Parts: sequence; structure tokens; C-alpha cells
Amino acid sequence: MANFYLKPSEKEETKLEPKKSTVDFILNYSKALKVTEYEELQFETLLN
Amino acid sequence: MKNYTVSDAILVSNYIKGDESSLGMLIERHKQRIYSFIYSKVFDRDVSEDIFQDTFIKVIKTLKSGKYNEEGKFLPWVMRIAHNLVIDHFRKGNRMPKFEENGEFSIFSVISDGDLNAEKKLIKGQVEEDLRMLIQELPEDQKEVLVMRMYRDMSFKEISEKTGVSINTALGRMRYALINLRKVIEKNNIVLTN
Repeated sequence: MANFYLKPSEKEETKLEPKKSTVDFILNYSKALKVTEYEELQFETLLN
Repeated sequence: MKNYTVSDAILVSNYIKGDESSLGMLIERHKQRIYSFIYSKVFDRDVSEDIFQDTFIKVIKTLKSGKYNEEGKFLPWVMRIAHNLVIDHFRKGNRMPKFEENGEFSIFSVISDGDLNAEKKLIKGQVEEDLRMLIQELPEDQKEVLVMRMYRDMSFKEISEKTGVSINTALGRMRYALINLRKVIEKNNIVLTN
């Protein structure tokens, strides 16, 4: 019974965080995105 | 709240100046909290990944376009973006409801075409066949009245004229036919339901 209470549940052990591929995508997106301004206009350019 | 050597505000400022690695540090620092928040609302890993990604795409666009003005409140700002995207997700879901067979609810239990499906048609055919066989076991006079009434849709007046007995006798034969059918059904535990 003691073990039942002391053993951390599976849910607690699992850290909820995004996949590495998702984080990599965001970082690559950031590197590729260029925002250029021309007078009062802003242009987004995505360089692949 | 954890104490970091470099504050969020400085990392944000460095990122705006062009230091891409600062974004990586910010994501690394807060990814668990943001992702857990999203997951706690949508309970779906794939949807959480999508919303997490969209959240940071918005963050990146805002920072790079110089529209960010909440210095020192980076995490609450990102959490608010995530929260808005979660709301958008549920709004989208309401506009285009998904009907998934997850064992709990099936839209086809509510919407049907009204026709019997193949299985029910088969069962109906078997029930009718069983009933016909039971009717064959009835005494001839009762069987005659029952068939005329139920299968030929004749009135008791027509039956009495056709069989040459009084209406009351025809009614009595019909009554005994039904009683006898019930008895046979109960005795043999026959199930005649669809």
C-alpha cells in the first residue's frame, strides 16, 4: 500500500514538452524569416 | 519562478538585434510550461505540437517586425498567444465538427437513413419465417382466420362471409389463434424481436 502512494505515477514521470523536430522547425523558421521595411510597409521574406 | 543568469528581457532584446541563439534559449527555458499549458486544454499531442509551433511563429513575426513592447513579460505574453490559439482551435472545431469513431459517440447513431441495415433485414426475414412456421402449427380453423386477417388484411365481416361463420366466432378463433401462438412462443423460448 505504501508503495502505491510513494511510487510516482506515470503521468508525473513524463515531462510534457514539444518534440525536438517542432523546436528545430521553429528555430529554422526564425533563421529563414526576414522582415524588411520599405517606407511604412513591412515585407516578410522566407528564405529557404 | 526560476532565476536565470540572463533575463528573458535581455534574450528578447538580443534576438531582436539578430542573435538567433537567444530564441533557442527562450524556447528551451519555457517550452515545457507553454506546451503543458496547451496540452492541458486540448489533450492531444499532435494538436499541442501544432499550436506550440504556431505560437512561436507568431512570437517570431512580432519580434522581427519590431512590434513587441512588453519588456520583462515575455512568458505571460507567449502564454496569452498560446491561449488565443487554443481558443481559435476550438472555434475552428465548432465550425467544422469532426465525427470520429472513438467508441463513445457515433454520429450515425443519431443520423440514419431510416432503412434497415443488412443485419436487421436478415433478422426481420428470419423472424417472419419463424412466425410463418408457428402459424402452420395452429388448428386449421384458427389458422384460416389469422391468415385472412393479418396477411390478406380482411375485415372480420369479410372473414365471416368467406368462412360461413358468425363474426363472433371469427373473433373468437382469432383470439385463440393469438393465445396459442403466445403459448408456443413462451414454451419454446422463441425470440421474435428485431
